[in-house]
Amino acid sequence: MINVTMTVNGREMTGEVEARTLLVQFLRDHLRLTGTHVGCDTTQCGCCIVHVDGKAMKSCTMLAVQAQGKAITTIEGLAAKDGTLHPMQQAFRDNHALQCGYCTPGMVMMGIDIARRLPDADEATIRHQLEGNICRCTGYQGIVEAIKSASAVLNGKQEGGSHA
Amino acid sequence: MHNFNYHLAADVQDAVAKLSKSEDGKIISGGMTLLPTLKNRLSAPSDLIDLGNIDALRGVVVSKTEVTIKGMTCHADVAANADLQRVLPALANLAGIIGDPAVRHRGTIGGSVANADPAADYPAAVVGLDGVVETNQRRINGDDFFISLFETALEPNEVITAVHFKVPDAAHYMKFRHPASGYAVVGVMVARYGKKVRVAVTGAGPNVFRVPAMEAALEQNFAPEAIANVAVDADDLLGDMHCSAEYRAHMVGVYARRAVAAIVG
Repeated sequence: MINVTMTVNGREMTGEVEARTLLVQFLRDHLRLTGTHVGCDTTQCGCCIVHVDGKAMKSCTMLAVQAQGKAITTIEGLAAKDGTLHPMQQAFRDNHALQCGYCTPGMVMMGIDIARRLPDADEATIRHQLEGNICRCTGYQGIVEAIKSASAVLNGKQEGGSHA
Repeated sequence: MHNFNYHLAADVQDAVAKLSKSEDGKIISGGMTLLPTLKNRLSAPSDLIDLGNIDALRGVVVSKTEVTIKGMTCHADVAANADLQRVLPALANLAGIIGDPAVRHRGTIGGSVANADPAADYPAAVVGLDGVVETNQRRINGDDFFISLFETALEPNEVITAVHFKVPDAAHYMKFRHPASGYAVVGVMVARYGKKVRVAVTGAGPNVFRVPAMEAALEQNFAPEAIANVAVDADDLLGDMHCSAEYRAHMVGVYARRAVAAIVG
């Protein structure tokens, strides 16, 4: 067994894992942060996306030991302490960007990543950027609209959200 | 996934030492192919030696004549490099259409080249842009690097430290992207160096290959119509559930012409 320490949603977390333990297993099974989902377990669906040192990565295709010393943000780390949703979460709610909700954590985490990297992304760019995130029920229309509107808030181009 | 011993290498020397000491060890760089392979139990190495902490293996160096990408540079960093976009946009664009954005944040050039997947994009650049693969031991010409399906000239204890590309007068990479996997069904890199032309094809055969007949025709007349009648033999190409070898052979011609057309505008 190997000891790992990483910062998860701003708190230092330590655990004992096997070398083969995936980051998503560490988050879900060891830390009980079950907001990060496993959809395909084959690096395709994006349900498991978290931020590692500020970049969107698929936590089903990364070992927990590879996250040693890194800063991880999961869907649980987005809302403010008083429960105010992150602008991306709020935009998903406002735009009906989810139905069953299974892909949503990954979509929200990728949406924030897109807003950071490509502040001027148009609809076509957002759709291309979502090619590693698969939704199998409600479709992408609302998701794309949510990312577009939240990106405007996060990049200071539009009023709204409390802690953009 | 079978368990293994995990080692974080301090530097390349350390990685090589740990690799040679292990019973059946493997280097892990981005892990975007290796980890899915281990999950499917298609491979069960005794040890994984991780290059992830070696900062000296990250970076893109661009000069007027040569581009060097260090082995652990992720695809997203290659795609977003402003100097590269200016000097050799074909290479930046190629990196920007590998996999998906989350995969591009972890997948590396060294890993891609060492794995030599027949449908990977980087091999088309290594061969098409007259590349050189640098390891801890030597420099290997791109033309001599890819041997066959998932097989390269790398020796067991050899680690890729960088890949060098010669800056062409003009180049374009045209890819028929598999809509589900993002891999190249067919990908063609066309590059012009003075009077010399290189045409490198990935996705279509067991490993990347050049098309000398197209290169000769384009050296006479650099225009799409110059290669309209150059047939590619389907015998050596891959046929699978997605499309036949004949279809891939046809697509090599189509994508080569489109790449030339994109260059001549």
